[in-house]
Amino acid sequence: MDILVYGTVNSLTLALMALGFTLVYGVSRLPNFAHGALYIIAGFALWAGLNTLGLHYAISALLALIAIGIVGAAMYQGVLIRVRGMATSEIIASYAIGLAILEFLRWLGFKGMTYTLPVFKEGIIWIFGVPVDWQRILIIIIGAMVFVFLWAFTHYTKIGLALRGMAQDERAAMMLGIDSDRMAIVAMALGSILAGVAAFVLLPLGNIAVEAGYSVLILAIAVCIVGGLGSWVGALLASFLLGFLQILTDAKIGSHFRIVVALMAILLTLILRPSGLFGRQKELEERV
Amino acid sequence: MAEDQPLLRVADFSKSFGGVQALSRVSFDVHEGDVFGIIGPNGSGKTTLVNCITSFVKRDSGSISFKGQELKRGMPPHKVADLGIARTFQITRPYYTLPAYKNLVIPLLSPRARRTGGWRGGGKHGDRDTVGLDILEEIGFERDSFIPYKLASALPTGYLKRLELARCLAIRPELVICDEIFSGLSGSEIATMTPLIEKLQMEGVTLIMIEHRLRELFRVANRVMVLNFGEKLIEGTAEEVMADEKVKEAYFGSDQEVMDYA
Amino acid sequence: MRRDDQYRLERLDRGIKIRTGGIYAISSWREMSYLMVPRLVLILGLLALPILMPSAYWQRVISMVCIYALLAIGFDLLAHFVGLVSLGGAFFIGVGGYLAGILSSYKGVPMVLTIPIATLGGAIICTLLLVPCLPLRGVYFAIATLMYPLILTRFIEALNIFGGTDGIVGVSGFPSQWIEQYLIITLVIMVLFSIRRLVNTDYGLVMRGVKDNDQAVRASGISITQVKAVAVFITSLMGCFGGAYLAHIYMWSGLSQFALDFSIIPIAATVIGGGGTLVGPILGAFILVPINELLRELGTLRIVFYCVILVIFIMFKSEGLMVYAERKYHQFQQWKKV
Repeated sequence: MDILVYGTVNSLTLALMALGFTLVYGVSRLPNFAHGALYIIAGFALWAGLNTLGLHYAISALLALIAIGIVGAAMYQGVLIRVRGMATSEIIASYAIGLAILEFLRWLGFKGMTYTLPVFKEGIIWIFGVPVDWQRILIIIIGAMVFVFLWAFTHYTKIGLALRGMAQDERAAMMLGIDSDRMAIVAMALGSILAGVAAFVLLPLGNIAVEAGYSVLILAIAVCIVGGLGSWVGALLASFLLGFLQILTDAKIGSHFRIVVALMAILLTLILRPSGLFGRQKELEERV
Repeated sequence: MAEDQPLLRVADFSKSFGGVQALSRVSFDVHEGDVFGIIGPNGSGKTTLVNCITSFVKRDSGSISFKGQELKRGMPPHKVADLGIARTFQITRPYYTLPAYKNLVIPLLSPRARRTGGWRGGGKHGDRDTVGLDILEEIGFERDSFIPYKLASALPTGYLKRLELARCLAIRPELVICDEIFSGLSGSEIATMTPLIEKLQMEGVTLIMIEHRLRELFRVANRVMVLNFGEKLIEGTAEEVMADEKVKEAYFGSDQEVMDYA
Repeated sequence: MRRDDQYRLERLDRGIKIRTGGIYAISSWREMSYLMVPRLVLILGLLALPILMPSAYWQRVISMVCIYALLAIGFDLLAHFVGLVSLGGAFFIGVGGYLAGILSSYKGVPMVLTIPIATLGGAIICTLLLVPCLPLRGVYFAIATLMYPLILTRFIEALNIFGGTDGIVGVSGFPSQWIEQYLIITLVIMVLFSIRRLVNTDYGLVMRGVKDNDQAVRASGISITQVKAVAVFITSLMGCFGGAYLAHIYMWSGLSQFALDFSIIPIAATVIGGGGTLVGPILGAFILVPINELLRELGTLRIVFYCVILVIFIMFKSEGLMVYAERKYHQFQQWKKV
């Protein structure tokens, strides 16, 4: 029973982490390897707002989200726009940026137990006889809310529909007057904001450590590849698959192997079924 | 090989991509020495058929045998080429960063070319550059000009199409499948390629040609098959095929005055 | 440029370049030196380096430069000639290093044997492990290669084999500083020139064809997986040699051999030095590795530093220094009025 509950929590955790990455890749085919770095910066922005500036949580959160959105958009406009289309340069460039940010933070000394974000509500509730703390419940709630919001956004707002159009076929969208670069900026900003939301909800569980940045990146990639790049449903299902696998590994083998599960999942998916569970992008089966 | 056994026998090929049925139980035979034309409106599955025969795309069902030997469904494309089936691509695929004659060095290095080439393949320590230039001259590149030495990215379409064909010939195939090799060429360019095709036929190479340029195709093809929406409509000689009502409907639509196709 | 006039940039080969085409290259000393001088500078410079830098610290740096140079040449070969971007150079170093460490420390095999065995054996292991990923294209192959060193690290850490987080100690060292350096320097030179020859042979053309248009290669009856495997094997030979060397230099094998450094620096060296030239990566290694060592006191800030340089180069000068230099050497440019 506890596996069921913890598994669900873990799965939604993974889903939240992966959302930003999958959005950016789905819309503009841009693998944003700086995703983990954005996650951590958002956490720090919130912390700075709360502790350094002493602002109220809601205001800090809002400012932090705006800030991270700007950072993401700036990253695109400054660097990634120049390497658009060259897949390997995109990866190297975004990876280098992410690396630079994370290692810079590590150098500044942000590691260890010193920096934490507050949980929303202390205490534990009992679900089916399993102790779950409120923060984890919040993950489930916020996770569901984010998904609903995104669904509504991409189905009912003009910008959201434009993003979906871009995701389906870039050229066709451009012919209809949708600016590819502007949509990419929106996607990057939105992806960064989603990373920020994930950070706000997930970081209170532990502390703000630079290592988390790397894990988040790997887990996000794992979810997206296993689920199939570009598919929401796939990402959700994959996060559940991986989430439960991780919890089972924790229980049976030991928590050392948590991240190995994700890494092996990536490899195995790429080897056996490269387009993932629900990959709509059959890039791997090129038109001959 | 027995006289009556076809060189290539395709039976019940089917392939669907998601919801689209690209091929639906297509069967035909090609005999040695044929020039077999495959025609049909766009989207009828002609390129998919070629892809399935040469195994670039895995067919869903059906069987195929070449020279009596069955080709399994998962056979990799390079093995199919190794058996002697060469193909051109609808969108030409030269090696852009190499000069034209160097483009031919790569197929000349394939196991098949080295097996069957003999002195034409340059032999064991062969000079593949020279053989490449020879093949290009046969194909129609002017020998003593700078054209064979130009980078493939700088060549116009007419030469690129011929380079495609040259790449096929370098591996000394028994069956060449040409996917719209006349497309993008002017009438005079096609007129210079037609003797080439006839020469190939005389040398014993069997050809399957997918074409939209019907007039030029019918000059060389002795049998023609029509595909429409993935299904085979009819197979026969050019006159038989063009006189058929269903074919006319496929190309021109029904309820319309149809001109006699000369 | 004045706006009212139309100008175009015209690049012409220098006179001397044209005069050195073909047989005319040996027609006079000037022509021969035009061709030979850059290569001689490279070879003699590399060979003279250990003599010019007698301090023990810099000699170690030279050895490290050469190891990174081998990795970078391998990356260049895979990425610019075969079309496979490998983000996990650390994988080769780690496998080679651990093999050498195990052979030397646990089994007591002398260094003369461990290095060749680790090189060859490591290359076979790496190639076999990478074979399932070879059919993958582009981005996906890159992501897969990124995973390999990470997975191996976690396995070693979690299962606590091969010394776990402490690593393998007691690996034998080099008998003398000079052997340590000259062996690897000569090897780098030999590798450079043989790979340059390789890419211009007919088989090298097949490899370049795989990058250009792999469907066409398949349609000609050549198995591209085999070609890619050969290229990966060559690269892993170089990488595993580097790893084995590293183990014997530091007399230790550990998890740090799978470190990020070994994946990032070859890429940065190739981008900065000039991809596609095979010499460029060596140049890039010469620039980056000393900076890396100098900045070591600054801790992880050095990673920030060369990540920033890498990004700047990708953005603005993505052709790399060597390509730029070659162009300047062979061609001159002028603005011509249209």
